[in-house]
Amino acid sequence: MSAFITSLMPNIITISYFIAIILFILGLKGMSSPVTAKRGVIWAGLGMFLATVVTFGDPEIAHIPLMLIAILIGGGLALYAGKKVKMTDMPQMIALFNGLGGGSAATISAVELLRTTTTNSDALMIITIVGALIGSISFSGSLVAFLKLQGWMKKSWRFYQQKLVNALIFISMITFAIYVVLVPNNLWLLSSLFAISLLLGIAITVPIGGADMPVIISLYNALTGLAVAAEGFALQNPAMIIAGTIVGSAGTLLTQLMARAMNRSITNILFSNFGENTSGSGETTGKMKSMEINDAASMLAYASKIVIVPGYGMAVAQAQHKVWELAKLLLEKNITVKFAIHPVAGRMPGHMNVLLADAGVPYDLIFDLEEINDEFATTDVAIVIGANDVVNPDARNKKDSPIYGMPILNVDKAKNVFAVKRGEGTGFSGVQNPLFFLDNTHMLFGDAQGVASKLIQTVKQF
Amino acid sequence: MISFEGYIAIYIVVLAAFTGYEIISRVPVILHTPLMSGSNFVHGIVLVGAMVALSEANSLTTEIIGFISVMLATGNVVGGYVVTERMLAMFKKKGEK
Repeated sequence: MSAFITSLMPNIITISYFIAIILFILGLKGMSSPVTAKRGVIWAGLGMFLATVVTFGDPEIAHIPLMLIAILIGGGLALYAGKKVKMTDMPQMIALFNGLGGGSAATISAVELLRTTTTNSDALMIITIVGALIGSISFSGSLVAFLKLQGWMKKSWRFYQQKLVNALIFISMITFAIYVVLVPNNLWLLSSLFAISLLLGIAITVPIGGADMPVIISLYNALTGLAVAAEGFALQNPAMIIAGTIVGSAGTLLTQLMARAMNRSITNILFSNFGENTSGSGETTGKMKSMEINDAASMLAYASKIVIVPGYGMAVAQAQHKVWELAKLLLEKNITVKFAIHPVAGRMPGHMNVLLADAGVPYDLIFDLEEINDEFATTDVAIVIGANDVVNPDARNKKDSPIYGMPILNVDKAKNVFAVKRGEGTGFSGVQNPLFFLDNTHMLFGDAQGVASKLIQTVKQF
Repeated sequence: MISFEGYIAIYIVVLAAFTGYEIISRVPVILHTPLMSGSNFVHGIVLVGAMVALSEANSLTTEIIGFISVMLATGNVVGGYVVTERMLAMFKKKGEK
């Protein structure tokens, strides 16, 4: 590289980072409307590409071969995983990739803290360490969230005085952090600090039930943003500071919106040990009534209005295409068919929207909770496909229920309810659902895809 | 750090925080998951920092940690992009196939 260009490089990098940030902001803005969303991600992608490429032009950049190998390995694995993952498994992939970002922020600070033998200005060092702590918590917490959603970690560990233990871990983390500031460049102190903050991330996430996982993933997403911003300070890199802060604040708001959709606060989710005392609340009377496919299909074929309520069970069974096929068949018979989506149905807000969009269901058949809740009274058949907590009338009626107060879809008000369910067990939150025991509820046991296929076959005969 | 430049940094953070808040404040529920995924991709900018950190590494330990850092960050960037793109690709307009 000629000396002239080399002398210009810092300016080129600064300007490129600036353009990259603008592209990120425009990209995120674009992603907040369905019409411009696809464009948005491309803009953000261009910004990222630009920022990465010009960084290679930095005259001070070294270890380039090593860097390229790391990029190839990390990028290759992520590309493979990201392309291969099924749509239904997206939430845990977001958790995983978010964890990687947190881990990267934490390791950056490790390099920075180990590299310097001279003491940095204390303020800078504190910010670097804060980034390390947040990044580590986000890393291990996101990985636990990933393992749980993937089903590789089934249990929600809860034990006596858990909050106290977590508080002790937190206090020891802060103590070690102060030590690290006072005694810089000590590998053992630093390793212990990282170990403790990783442990804290695990300890926070492990007791959290699956229904709350989306909120937690969103929270860790915001935390990773903050960790990146902190490391941006450490490296004096404005692109990282701005992008990290934007994600931090946007992520915090998103977390609040999600928590609000479940009528719970973030502290409540983090510290309430949701679902702990629910085993005793199963005093529901009555029996689940299963129904023959033939009878169900005939009721559908002669209904005039049907509302389909999808939940996580539809995602697990990959049944969205079959469900849409069934809906199309019913639409052809001049039956009104609508899809009702609870804000937190599935494992993430919008999870069901994504799946239905994947199957090709047009937007105008899909309705939010507020839009459709009054319509259940005039609905002939509400088909609940693998949803549970979001249609649990206890949330409305029973004060001591752990989900009391959460807005639900008033499916129980429909004239008939078909519940497609794999077995008689309770849902993900472990809360018993009296909906399934109502007189007007009929169970269609089986996996969602199988039941939908059978319904399609049978409805065709009417 | 506590200098004129330090204050500029505080301005930047506050303004960026408002920007992030503004971007999200009027988003339909349908886009919550893709947007979370999108912002997950944006903090992949940590890759730039990881590259700088690896460059500055001056011992075997810091080189290894820096290498891991670049690897993790690239995973965040590439994975975040692929997942977001795949999710948004499904938001077709009516009639569009």
